[in-house]
Amino acid sequence: MTVAWLALVAYMIFAGLRLDFTWDRFIIGLDNAERFLGRMFPPAILQPDSMAKGLLESLEIAILASFFGVLLSLPLGVLAARNLMPAWVSWPARTTIALCRSFHPVIVAILFVKAVGFGAIAGILTLIVASMGFIGKLFAEAIEEISLKQVEAVRASGAPFMSVLTYGVFPQVFSRFVGFATYQIDSNLRNSTMVGIVGAGGIGATLFAAFQRFDYNFVCAILIAIILMIMIGESLARWVRRILGVDVSKSDA
Amino acid sequence: MPNSRTSRSPAQWERYSSTARLLRFSLLLLLIIAVLYSAKSVEIIPEFLLDAPEQIRDLLVRMWPISYGFYPEGVHDPLMDTIHIATMGTILSILLAVPVGILSAQNLVRNSLLNGFARLILVSTRSVNSLIWALLFVAIFGPGALAGTLAIAFRSIGFVGKLIGEALEEVDPRSVEALQAAGASWMSVLLKAYWPQLEPTFWSVALFRWDINIRESSVLGLVGAGGIGMALDTALNLFQWTRVSLILLSIFVIVVIAEIIVTQIRKRII
Amino acid sequence: MNSSVQHTLSIRGLSKEYVPGKPVLRQIDLDVDTRGITAIIGPSGTGKSTLIRCINRLVEPTAGSILFEQQDLVRLDRGALRLARRHIGMVFQEYNLVERLSVMENLLTGRLGYLSAWKAWRRKYPQEDIDRAFELLEIVGLNGFENQRADSLSGGQRQRVGIARAVMQNPRLLLADEPTSSLDPKTSVEIMQLLVSIGEKYSIPVVINMHDVDLAKRFASRIVGMSGGAIVYDGGPAGLTDTVLQSIYGGEDWLQ
Repeated sequence: MTVAWLALVAYMIFAGLRLDFTWDRFIIGLDNAERFLGRMFPPAILQPDSMAKGLLESLEIAILASFFGVLLSLPLGVLAARNLMPAWVSWPARTTIALCRSFHPVIVAILFVKAVGFGAIAGILTLIVASMGFIGKLFAEAIEEISLKQVEAVRASGAPFMSVLTYGVFPQVFSRFVGFATYQIDSNLRNSTMVGIVGAGGIGATLFAAFQRFDYNFVCAILIAIILMIMIGESLARWVRRILGVDVSKSDA
Repeated sequence: MPNSRTSRSPAQWERYSSTARLLRFSLLLLLIIAVLYSAKSVEIIPEFLLDAPEQIRDLLVRMWPISYGFYPEGVHDPLMDTIHIATMGTILSILLAVPVGILSAQNLVRNSLLNGFARLILVSTRSVNSLIWALLFVAIFGPGALAGTLAIAFRSIGFVGKLIGEALEEVDPRSVEALQAAGASWMSVLLKAYWPQLEPTFWSVALFRWDINIRESSVLGLVGAGGIGMALDTALNLFQWTRVSLILLSIFVIVVIAEIIVTQIRKRII
Repeated sequence: MNSSVQHTLSIRGLSKEYVPGKPVLRQIDLDVDTRGITAIIGPSGTGKSTLIRCINRLVEPTAGSILFEQQDLVRLDRGALRLARRHIGMVFQEYNLVERLSVMENLLTGRLGYLSAWKAWRRKYPQEDIDRAFELLEIVGLNGFENQRADSLSGGQRQRVGIARAVMQNPRLLLADEPTSSLDPKTSVEIMQLLVSIGEKYSIPVVINMHDVDLAKRFASRIVGMSGGAIVYDGGPAGLTDTVLQSIYGGEDWLQ
C-alpha cells in the first residue's frame, strides 16, 4: 500500500511540473485572489433586467429540455432493453444513447448553435440530448435487471404488449426511473446556467459578459442567484419524489 | 354469483386516496402550466429551425476529412494536459472533500451548526458549473492549467463530499460503539471503524468522479483554463473544422479509454 | 358433452426439443375435458413443466397440435395467440405476482386481455370486473387484502392471489405449474383444496403439474404419469400402484 501512496505523490509532482504549477504562480494567484474577492463583495445587481431575463430563460430551458428529454427517454430506454427487444431494435437504440452521451454538453451546445443559431433553442436541444443519454442508459439498465417472471404472468393472461409494459415492467422500475429523471432535471438546471457562455441561451451569457467587463460584484450576485435557484430546484425534486411515493434517496450529487 | 354483502354494492376500488389523487393532479397541472408558459416565452425563429438540417449537413461536410496530421503538434500535448488536469483536480478535490464530508456527517460530528455549514459548502460547490469555476479561476490565477485544475477540484468537492458524507452516515454503528467503549481516540475510531466500511464507496466515488472529470476537463480550455479545450477554441475561432473534428475525436477516445479503465479497476476492487 | 366429439383441450403428437436431437417431449397425446384435477407427475426433467408451458405457448412446441376452442394454438399468430391466452389461466410455482402492485391490481391484471391498454393504464376497469374481483377475494379467503402490496403477503397468500388472478380471466382451462412446490405442507393442502373447489365452482378443467405424489393421489381425479418425455400412465389415483410408480420414477433415465 505504501508503494501506492509513493506512486501517487510521485505522480502529483510529475503532473504538477508538466502543468507548470510553480510556487510563485500560486502566491501571485493568492494575492490576486484576495483582491478579487474584495472586488466581488459586496455583490451588486448591476443589470437587474438582464439578470432576471437570463435566470428566467435558464429556468425555461431546463423545464422544456427536461420535459421533452424525459418523455423521449422512456421509449428510448424500453427500445434499448435487450431482455425485451430483439437485437435489431435494441442495437440502434443503444447506439443512439451512446452517441448522446459521448460529448460534453458544452460541445453539443456549440454544434447546435451552429445548426439552429444563437438562443435558447440551441440550449434546449443540447440538454434534451444530454437527458436522453443519461436517463436512457440507466433506464435501459434498470429494465434489464427486472424479474421476467412477473412479466411472464402478465403475458400469459393475454394482455397486449403495452399493458405488459405498464403492469409487468414499469412497476418494477418506476421508482428508479423517477430517481434518474429528477437527477437529470437538476443536472439540466445546472447546465442551463452554463450553456449561455457559448451562446445557447440563459444566464450564462449575462455571466460571461460580466466577467469580460470585470464587473466582479455583478458576477458574485449572479453566482449567488444561480446557487439559490439550484438549491430550490433540488428541494422541489425531493418534494416531487415524495408525492409520487418514491423512496426519497439521498444521492443526487 | 351475487353475494349478500350489499353494503359493498356497487363495490368501489380506488388506486389512490383522494388526497393522493389531488396532489398528483396538481403536480401534473403545475407541470403543464410550466411547460406551456416556457414554450411560449422562448423565442423560436422558425426559419432557423427549418434551416437546421442544411446547416448540420454543411457542418459535417466541412469537418471531413479529419486532419490526423495535426495531432502531434497541436493536439497531443494539450490532450495529455487535460488528463493531468482531471487527475490532479480529482486528487485535490478528494483531499478537500473528505474533511468537509466528515463535517457533514451527523453521526460523526454532532454539531448541527458545523453540519449545516459543511452542507452549505457542498451544495454551493456543486451548483456552480466547472466551466464557471474555470472563469473564476482564470480571472484570479490567469489562463492556464492551474485555473483548470482548481476549477475541477472545487466543482468536485460537492459531489465527492456529499457521497462520502452519506456513506459515513450509513456506517454500522456497532463497530464504532465497540471501539468507543474500549476508549479509542476519535482519530482511531475514524481510521479503524469508519474507514474500513467507507473504503469501497470511497474508491467507487473517486473513480466515478475521475471519469466525469475527464469529460469536464476537456472543455475548460474554451474559457482559457488549459487542456485540449484551448486548441478547440482556437480551431473553432479560425473555422478550422477538420481540426475541430480531430480534437472531438481525441476527446471521445480519451473518454472511452477512461471508462474502460474505470470498469476494469471496478471489477478488481469492488 | 359428448366425449367423442370435442374435448376442452386436445393435444396430438406434441414434441419439444430444446436441443435438436434430444427431445424433452415425445409425441404426447392427451385429452382434457373432465372436471376435477388432472395431475401430471413424474421425475424432474421429464418434461412436465415443458408440457404445461407448451399449452399456452410460453414454450414453443417443436411439432404437434394443441386444439383448444376449435383452434390449433400452435398455428396461431401472435395476435390470435394473445386472444386465445385470455381463456387459459395459469398459476405459477413462484406466484409471479407483480410485487409492487396491490392485491387488487394483481387481480385485475387477469382482465388485461379484455381492456384497452389506455384504460388499463388509467385503471378504468368496468364495474363487473371490480365486483368479480371482490367476489374472488372472498372465495380465496383474502377479504380485506385488496390494497395490500403483493410483496407484503406470505407465500400461501400470494398463491391465492395468483389463483384468483387466473380465475379473473374467466378461463375455460386452468393450468398450474408446480403451484405448491414453494409452500409448506399445510399451505400446500389448502391451495390444492382451493384449486379443487374453484374447478368445481366454475366448471373448468384444471391441469396441474406436481412432484408430490401423495398430494396428487389425494386431490386429483385423474393422474398422468410421465417418464422420459412420454406418458406412461393415464388413469385414476387408485391405479397408481407401486409397480406403476416404479416405472415412472425409478429405474433407468430414459432421457439421453
